[in-house]
Amino acid sequence: MSAEQAITAERIEQGIAGFVSGRVNAEVPADQDLFASGLVSSMFAMELVVHLEQAFSVQILGDDLKRDNFRTVAAMTALVLRLRDAGQPADA
Amino acid sequence: MTANPRSDTIAVFGAGVMGRSITALALGRGVDVVLVDVSDDVLRAAEADIAQQLRHGRFMGAFPDSQATGTLTTTLSGEAAADATAVVEAITEDSSLKARTLAEVSGVVAPGTTLITNTSGIPIDELAKSVRRPAELAGVHFMNPAYLIEMVEVIRGPQTAEDTVAAVFSLLGRLGKKAVVVHDAPGFVTSRLLHPMINEAARIVAEGTASVESVDRLMQGCLGHPTGPLRTADLIGLDNLADALRLLAERTGNTAFAPCDLLREKVRRGDLGRKTGRGFYDYEGVLS
Ligand SMILES: NC(=O)c1ccc[n+]([C@@H]2O[C@H](COP(=O)([O-])OP(=O)(O)OC[C@H]3O[C@@H](n4cnc5c(N)ncnc54)[C@H](O)[C@@H]3O)[C@@H](O)[C@H]2O)c1
Repeated sequence: MSAEQAITAERIEQGIAGFVSGRVNAEVPADQDLFASGLVSSMFAMELVVHLEQAFSVQILGDDLKRDNFRTVAAMTALVLRLRDAGQPADA
Repeated sequence: MTANPRSDTIAVFGAGVMGRSITALALGRGVDVVLVDVSDDVLRAAEADIAQQLRHGRFMGAFPDSQATGTLTTTLSGEAAADATAVVEAITEDSSLKARTLAEVSGVVAPGTTLITNTSGIPIDELAKSVRRPAELAGVHFMNPAYLIEMVEVIRGPQTAEDTVAAVFSLLGRLGKKAVVVHDAPGFVTSRLLHPMINEAARIVAEGTASVESVDRLMQGCLGHPTGPLRTADLIGLDNLADALRLLAERTGNTAFAPCDLLREKVRRGDLGRKTGRGFYDYEGVLS
């Protein structure tokens, strides 16, 4: 990972962690299992999907739309990074 | 469209919170839906929402993996319900509006078509007065989101026929639902219990006894409520809740059931819950 990529990953992770902790009213470590801890309700799970799509200009489709990809802040960050790399939007 | 005795289409009236999630449920289970509303803007918004709800349902494993999605048709014309095997009425909780719409629907569909009302608590027998064949009307109280909540409350009115109950069960089986049948009464079981609880929760907040979060956390942590009454209220829609409470108060004569000041104040301000982005909680403009 280049320094620039590392900064991007960190920024994405912070963005996601900020969104999640704002909504659940608690600090959320990047590796905490959000489903197991009951922090994420079924409604909020879908908001997460929509939020990631809007905030990072990605589309989460088909097989990517599975709970394991949303289980932790770290997993969501990895998903966003992978989709951004695959899509390479014009402003990347 | 030609009349098709083996058609697998239901018609849903009302493309609001419930009409959308019932439609998503049916489509996800491979049943075609004709969705009727009085507003074209509402129908456009509903199409986008339903697509999102289908994703949500799949995400949560609510639909069988191999299931092909049903076809959605949206329309402003109630006549489009003519070929449906069942009609689900999910319009605004207003008894005269429902009476008018059900009368219209019952004039359009063929005898033998199951008529279902999703009212939160208007007695089925009251609504039965406005339809041509009261025996074919039953209540099915789906909960929001209909595609995720497995259980429904089925209300058998005094005039509801055995065949109608059987047809309702066959449709619910198709939709993967479990059901409990109850007799007719204002608010049935679930709204009679839940709505006054939410009303009291709002009163508790207004009186300053506890915050919105504290009320919900206590009901979750101590009493096993899945989301807490006030988060549930936001999911239902506070306008619908106030309407249902008013009807419940009128029909039971219990004035404590009338919507409390805080609830009415929020409705007046247009803070209707998730559907407007703010209710008891703030959803930061995330609509779902
Ligand atoms: N919101 C819930 O959680 C919930 C749960 C169970 C049952 N219900 C019941 O379901 C019904 C619908 O509630 P909702 O929350 O979806 O309301 P809503 O206000 O979100 O939607 C009602 C819709 O009905 C439409 N409508 C009004 N008159 C119509 C007509 N004549 N023909 C076609 N469409 C018409 C409106 O334009 C609106 O889009 C109500 O009876 C309500 O009590 C609601």
